[in-house]
Amino acid sequence: MNTPVRKIAIAVMVMILLLMANLTYVQVIKATDYREDTRNRRVLLAEYSRKRGQISADGKVLARSVETNDRLQYQREYPEGPVFAPVTGYYSSDFSSGGMERATDAVLNGSDDRLFGRRLSDLITGRDPSGGNVVLTIDPEVQQTAYDQLQRKGYAGSVVALRPQTGEILAMVSTPSFDPNPLASHSSEEQKEAWTALNEAEPPELTNRAVQQTYPPGSTFKLVDTAAALASGRFTPESQLTAASSLTLTGTNTDLQNFNGNQCGTGETASLRDALQRSCNTAFAQLAEELGEQALRDQATAFGVGTPDLRIPMPVSPSTVGDIPDVAALQQSSIGQRDVALTPLQNAQIVAAIANGGEVMAPFLVKEIQSQELDAVETTEPDRVGRAISSQVAATLTDLMVNNENSYTGSGKITGVQIAAKTGTAEHGATPKTTPPHVWYVAFAPAEAPRVAVAVLVESGGDRSNLAATGGAVAAPIGRAVIARALRDAP
Amino acid sequence: MAAPDPRQPAAPPPLPTGRGVELVLLAFAALLVTGALVLVEANQEQELRSSLLYVGAAYLALFTVAHFVVRRFAPYSDPVILPCVALLNGLGLVMIHRLDLAQLDQAAALGREAPTELVYRQIAWTAVGLLLFILVLWLIRDHRLMSRYAYTAGFAGLVLLALPGVLPASISEVNGARLWLRLGPFSIQPGEFAKILLIVFFAAFLVQKRELFTTAGRKFLGMELPRARDLAPLLVAWGLSIGVLVLERDLGTSLLFFGIVLVLLYAATERSSWLVIGLLFFAGGASVAYQLFGHVQRRVAVWLDPFADFDGAGFQIGQALFGLGTGGIGGTGLGAGRPDLVPYAESDFMLSTLGEELGLIGLAAILVIYLVLCTRGLRSALAVRDSFGKLLATGLSFALAMQLFVVVGGASKLIPLTGLTLPFLSYGGSSLVANYALVALLLRVSHAARAPLPRRPAAPRPPIAEAGTELVERPK
Repeated sequence: MNTPVRKIAIAVMVMILLLMANLTYVQVIKATDYREDTRNRRVLLAEYSRKRGQISADGKVLARSVETNDRLQYQREYPEGPVFAPVTGYYSSDFSSGGMERATDAVLNGSDDRLFGRRLSDLITGRDPSGGNVVLTIDPEVQQTAYDQLQRKGYAGSVVALRPQTGEILAMVSTPSFDPNPLASHSSEEQKEAWTALNEAEPPELTNRAVQQTYPPGSTFKLVDTAAALASGRFTPESQLTAASSLTLTGTNTDLQNFNGNQCGTGETASLRDALQRSCNTAFAQLAEELGEQALRDQATAFGVGTPDLRIPMPVSPSTVGDIPDVAALQQSSIGQRDVALTPLQNAQIVAAIANGGEVMAPFLVKEIQSQELDAVETTEPDRVGRAISSQVAATLTDLMVNNENSYTGSGKITGVQIAAKTGTAEHGATPKTTPPHVWYVAFAPAEAPRVAVAVLVESGGDRSNLAATGGAVAAPIGRAVIARALRDAP
Repeated sequence: MAAPDPRQPAAPPPLPTGRGVELVLLAFAALLVTGALVLVEANQEQELRSSLLYVGAAYLALFTVAHFVVRRFAPYSDPVILPCVALLNGLGLVMIHRLDLAQLDQAAALGREAPTELVYRQIAWTAVGLLLFILVLWLIRDHRLMSRYAYTAGFAGLVLLALPGVLPASISEVNGARLWLRLGPFSIQPGEFAKILLIVFFAAFLVQKRELFTTAGRKFLGMELPRARDLAPLLVAWGLSIGVLVLERDLGTSLLFFGIVLVLLYAATERSSWLVIGLLFFAGGASVAYQLFGHVQRRVAVWLDPFADFDGAGFQIGQALFGLGTGGIGGTGLGAGRPDLVPYAESDFMLSTLGEELGLIGLAAILVIYLVLCTRGLRSALAVRDSFGKLLATGLSFALAMQLFVVVGGASKLIPLTGLTLPFLSYGGSSLVANYALVALLLRVSHAARAPLPRRPAAPRPPIAEAGTELVERPK
């Protein structure tokens, strides 16, 4: 009976081969599906059980993991809470993550290729890879000042501060903000409670207004008009434009009025310099009509408006000039209304480019990636995106903006520092005449050797009943305070 | 120096017993198991506790004793079988300890009382298993003696197999399968022991009645069909396995049992028609059971799509598949995964525990160890001289392979899930103890296969001149 025994032996081998084939199917072919299935908590638990890297700025720890004695081993902490929440984001086991926690997740959890050398030694020692650290470009004091300025008055708004020469983001504030700590809680109930509250908050707290929300730029957009006009060579600061208090939009019966229905100065015409200083809508409507849609659109694009997939490294909502089907639309768009919509970051980028002699730098938040041992693995090099305007145009624009700032009233002027600025007051909503406007202040300083560029946005005039709010009165003092803090160690 | 007597053939050199090889392989197994334990401890960031030393020492002591017993009672037995078993058993202990640590961790995190560590119980069961192993080797000096007690074994096996199905569910039911005998603190799966007793019975029975089954019946499609009346034993086995499927709600035992009987019939008769008839019978019976019984239908539905009811019936197999998938090719490393997320990770789902932490590579290695174990048994079946020994070794080896197939296939969704354990690896006393008895029998048969024949003293030959004449037939 040896023949059947041999055949049985072959059958046994076939059975085991079948098992191996099936295991190969499960563990190789289907492995990714199973590993990434949302019902499979292993990957998440593994991530929690290794030490996630920290996020810091200028020596201040913004997010860190501390050891606990519960099952998830490490607890995520945000010592600065809501002040830096728009930057750090949050890290939740049940509700995913946001901000830098999400954008630099690969570094923080240690799986990033740039940490490979470190991972290799982990592999040899058999340790779980520990995460790398992220050092931000943020200046914690500027961030704190900006946050305090908005928060103190209960404003919903945003402040972005940039280093013009590099694109480093010095401050990125959004109020009202949230505390990321409860979202990182190891108690599911606490997480859920915090999450529900955040999603019901009005005005929204989870939205990072600096990069996730676009607003009509209002009169701040006149900087783009002026840049296009100067760049065209057909206009100088002394070129004369209409000073009419209102004009009828071409081809419509709608009137476009100046602020408060004022005449632009005393004469029949006003110079471009005066028109920008007084922010005369009619003058810029005329200017835009003469420049044409394409020139305006090209200038905006050159400043970075509409850049797709911009990452700093968190994704930035694209700003847009919108559709401009006819001259009336062009006239409205020229004063930063209609479909023109910019993020506060984009508006800061425009003034930063002017401050940087016309060159646009890509904004970024990560200064350095560090290994677990805090030694630098990669340092971000500033990235030149391109030239928006020539240095002569930039110099002229700076001169005009200095002229603006010196004519503005409002508090917070810094003695000894020359600011170059532009304010904006933008209508929005379905009933613009009864909704307080969004107010803007974009500026850089010192005008002669710029070291910081800021954009301040306060939603709905800061105060829901303040129909008369203006950028000069509401936003400018905040911007000046931020600039003062950024230049604190100025000579 | 005296010239060797040309009339006396020189004594052949003593056959190598292979015991030295066994000792070396056992030491290697101990090395692997210790390595695995150290990895688990390191990855779980445990301090190296002194109790670990006791665990290691206990393991070493148990198998050293086993080795010396084999040396004494079955010196010519196969040297690879025991090290394979030692390695599997040791790895099983390490994994059970690893799951204990996870349970302790969780209890500490939730502020609950620390659960009992299963590994100490499993070590105790290993000791009991090795005791039975020693007893079997000591008591059964010649496997052929067992065929005398064939009917006793058969009857005992039948009773053990049927017992849980007949007893009230309160005693026999655990997690829906009625496979158990719960006596106070102890739970026993009598089916594990019934398996061995029934193999002994069938092997002896088939050797006795072999001619009967080989009598030719009609020819059909090139196969010789057995006569209808000879189908009786097959019918009995079929009825029993269907009974197990229905009454004890266990597809695994049912498949295992029927598969063993079929293979033994085939081996004894050398006729594949038995296999075909048997498989048709089983397919018919299973499909009827599927039509009639809800629990069979549920099992099949969960098998086809475990994720349809992930939070309910599909949870176990779904989690097991997640574990296997997460482990991937290389595994997470011993002690670095989360096998404790799978229910019954230490028993029914030991496979996913191993697969998550050791990966496909580790599982393949483990399957190869089983393959070596089974083929070594089958090799003994080929080499042993008596028919009963051949059938016995075939049955026992195939039982291991079949159980492996049913368990691994079930936990990796190749076939519907069953409640069986991975031999030697899973937590569970009955399975471990019964499988040690099985291995002892295999060693006994392999000893008979490899031992030199007892030398009869050569009869004194008369001088050639005195020899009578013989009639020699001329070869044709």
